[in-house]
Amino acid sequence: MELRDDQIERYSRQILLPDVGGKGQEKLLNARVLIIGAGGLGSPAALYLASAGIGTLGIVDSDKVELNNLQRQIVHSVNTVGKPKVDSAKDRLNAINPDVKVIPYNIRLTSANIMDIIKGYDMVVDGSDNFPTRYLVNDACVFSNKPLSHGGIFRFDGQAITILPHKSACYRCLFSEPPPAGLVPSCQEAGILGAVAGIIGVIQANEVLKYVLEIGGLLAGKLLVFNALDSFFRQVKVPKDPKCPVCGENPSITKLIDYEQFCQLKRKE
Amino acid sequence: MPITVRIPTPLQKITRNKAEIKSQGSNIKELIDNLERDFPGLKDRICDEKGNVRRFINIYVNEEDVRFLKQDRTSLKDGDEVSIIPAIAGG
Repeated sequence: MELRDDQIERYSRQILLPDVGGKGQEKLLNARVLIIGAGGLGSPAALYLASAGIGTLGIVDSDKVELNNLQRQIVHSVNTVGKPKVDSAKDRLNAINPDVKVIPYNIRLTSANIMDIIKGYDMVVDGSDNFPTRYLVNDACVFSNKPLSHGGIFRFDGQAITILPHKSACYRCLFSEPPPAGLVPSCQEAGILGAVAGIIGVIQANEVLKYVLEIGGLLAGKLLVFNALDSFFRQVKVPKDPKCPVCGENPSITKLIDYEQFCQLKRKE
Repeated sequence: MPITVRIPTPLQKITRNKAEIKSQGSNIKELIDNLERDFPGLKDRICDEKGNVRRFINIYVNEEDVRFLKQDRTSLKDGDEVSIIPAIAGG
């Protein structure tokens, strides 16, 4: 693949980097990344990945843009309120970079469709907003051996971990089961500071760029924990759990599970 | 023997909005019992009815997950930092 003149110009500030170069840029342009959720995490991740020239970006989301999303879901705008988030995101990303092939999936992920969707991608970014999807994505990535960047946010807290299935800890090595209904506020009722979504979503984009470029160290086997109120970043170790129900020595979970949506708050659709 | 305990946002309602607590204990079990004495209801959120740490919450001594040490018998020493980290799902 030969970079065009306008591509050399567009990506010049990262081609200049010693570990990137023209070769690295080609890796980015050939990469296929799937972003789950075009929300608080998916928006900043998608903006940076599209800007960096990730060649193919799949985006999964079943929701439509609402006015209350715009406080943190920065890929959308007032002009796209009411439109499917995936179409809104595609328009914005292509307005920034027409090189990127954006593939919208205006559906809700389930055990029936996820394996087929992630099949064609090199890496998955989980920016979903609920436990059932997060466990579904983790398990599907472990079963299909797809690297996964996981990010989660809650009020002023954020977490990120990168999962290289069977090589580093998966999300179930970290937290083997989702909390039961009602115990942890997992949806919109809890509130979120927009910048927290930005910080964690950009960390996820950074993980993807490093993975594709094969540079630096990933957050594999390490959970990054962020608190916005004291601007505190911390890393804790996450070993692979031999008793992990999905990637351990005797896995008890061998097929995908559709956990029930246990968000107490009715969503406005 | 002061131990610094970092409390995650979802549990700060119980700790009267404190993100950091100084407490005591020679191991994790003692520490949790001491925390419960000062902040009634906290243990219930961290542990199930059998007293085991819930599966969507981890406890770290400094950077190490106590599940891979000696669980709630993991010993603590002066100056250790204990973090309680729950799964969070927002996006």
